[in-house]
Amino acid sequence: MIELKDVSKTFTLHNQGSAVIEVISDVSFTVSKGECVALTGASGAGKSTLMRMIYGNYLTQSGAIRIGDMDIVQAEPRDVIALRREVLGYVSQFLRVVPRVPTLDVVAEPLRAVGVSAADAQERAAALLAQLNIPERLWSLSPTTFSGGEQQRVNIARGFAHTYPAVLLDEPTASLDAANREVVLSLIEEAKARGAAIIGIFHDEAARARVCDREIDVGRYTPGMVA
Amino acid sequence: MTPLLSVQGITKRYGAHIGCADVSFDLYPGEVMGIVGESGSGKSTLLNCMAGHLEPDAGKVVFDTRANGPKDTVTMSEPERRMLSRTDWAFVHQHARDGLRMGVSAGGNVGERLMAVGERHYGNIRDKATDWLERVEIDAARVDDRPVTFSGGMQQRLQIARNLVTGPRLVFMDEPTGGLDVSVQARLLDLLRGLVRDMGLSAIIVTHDLAVVRLLADRLMVMKSGHVVEAGLTDQVLDDPQHAYSQLLVSSVLQV
Repeated sequence: MIELKDVSKTFTLHNQGSAVIEVISDVSFTVSKGECVALTGASGAGKSTLMRMIYGNYLTQSGAIRIGDMDIVQAEPRDVIALRREVLGYVSQFLRVVPRVPTLDVVAEPLRAVGVSAADAQERAAALLAQLNIPERLWSLSPTTFSGGEQQRVNIARGFAHTYPAVLLDEPTASLDAANREVVLSLIEEAKARGAAIIGIFHDEAARARVCDREIDVGRYTPGMVA
Repeated sequence: MTPLLSVQGITKRYGAHIGCADVSFDLYPGEVMGIVGESGSGKSTLLNCMAGHLEPDAGKVVFDTRANGPKDTVTMSEPERRMLSRTDWAFVHQHARDGLRMGVSAGGNVGERLMAVGERHYGNIRDKATDWLERVEIDAARVDDRPVTFSGGMQQRLQIARNLVTGPRLVFMDEPTGGLDVSVQARLLDLLRGLVRDMGLSAIIVTHDLAVVRLLADRLMVMKSGHVVEAGLTDQVLDDPQHAYSQLLVSSVLQV
């Protein structure tokens, strides 16, 4: 489902003496349907960078990143937009929303975008929010004022609302208590069971051991950083 | 798929000075594109060239018309272009006063565009106008008040209602949230995003507020001195800018 081939990335900082930083070179791996792969490595090894390259918000200098039939490195912006709407989900560490939009609509939005009716989308959103222990009295409020852990759970609910065939997870269990961590892990297991290909970053080793089938040490591909 | 709007090599000079130079891009139905850049970078010149307010020195603006398919709007006859700007196009000005008739009631402002496309039944026009006032969250009881009695944020929302009442397919926006306080901005963003999704609008938004484009635009173009220096997916340009000027722009934003 997800295939990386000889992928490399450099940052050029034009305003800081045109410094060129090589972040990742020659990464190749594949993730099949129903498989969960963890990206590991020390802080700064390039785990998040690699994940953003797969999502397409970081440009890739060379190589190919195929998701389904599309090479995201070569794709036109509108194809990437369509891919993100239908195929590729991403749970980032930060919730970015239009202020004032109620939590229920924030979570329902990915479903509305793929053409699910408002009622059905809200029903699914409500089920996810309940499962993630967000009290119902908060659903009509904007998540911008929520606590960190609550925002993260809203973000997770949003990421799992649509059943994407490929999912990227950036520390989905950080800052969650034991009960909610359990819910998130079971959501990941459900997604795997329905055949989703998942790439995740987990600092929580027990979580990683439970849901991940393989680990990829990103540090090995970081020039100037011997893992 | 045919692009809704295909801009090809648009160039506009003011004497020896370059307004915008050789700008090309395609916009597809349902897409929102942001144009950012410092003051004087040519954003508004480009927008006005595309919307037919300024005549470009070179280039084409091909719009996929309902009746006749893709047509170059630069060489189109004036009546045809005017018809387009009353029906399929809309233009939201930065200052609501430029887009509204200040001496005419709120309902009249919205109704005028309907009358321009042939609506004649007064009751229907008033109903539609009232409906649109409510959609942009203006109290229906204010339908007979003139926009001079409205706050800046209300005027801006009225301008949007006036523009969208005829169900356009393409909306040009010049700093639609500029000069509004942040809570009103948030409201307007929420409103615009809902309208874009529900009506399947395409939009081109000129702004220098990067937070606004991140929330509204799918694609982003960065302009400097009349040239497009970078273009791509909005989050890619903002998270991993490639050009020196885009890097400067993104890194200059103050964190709240």
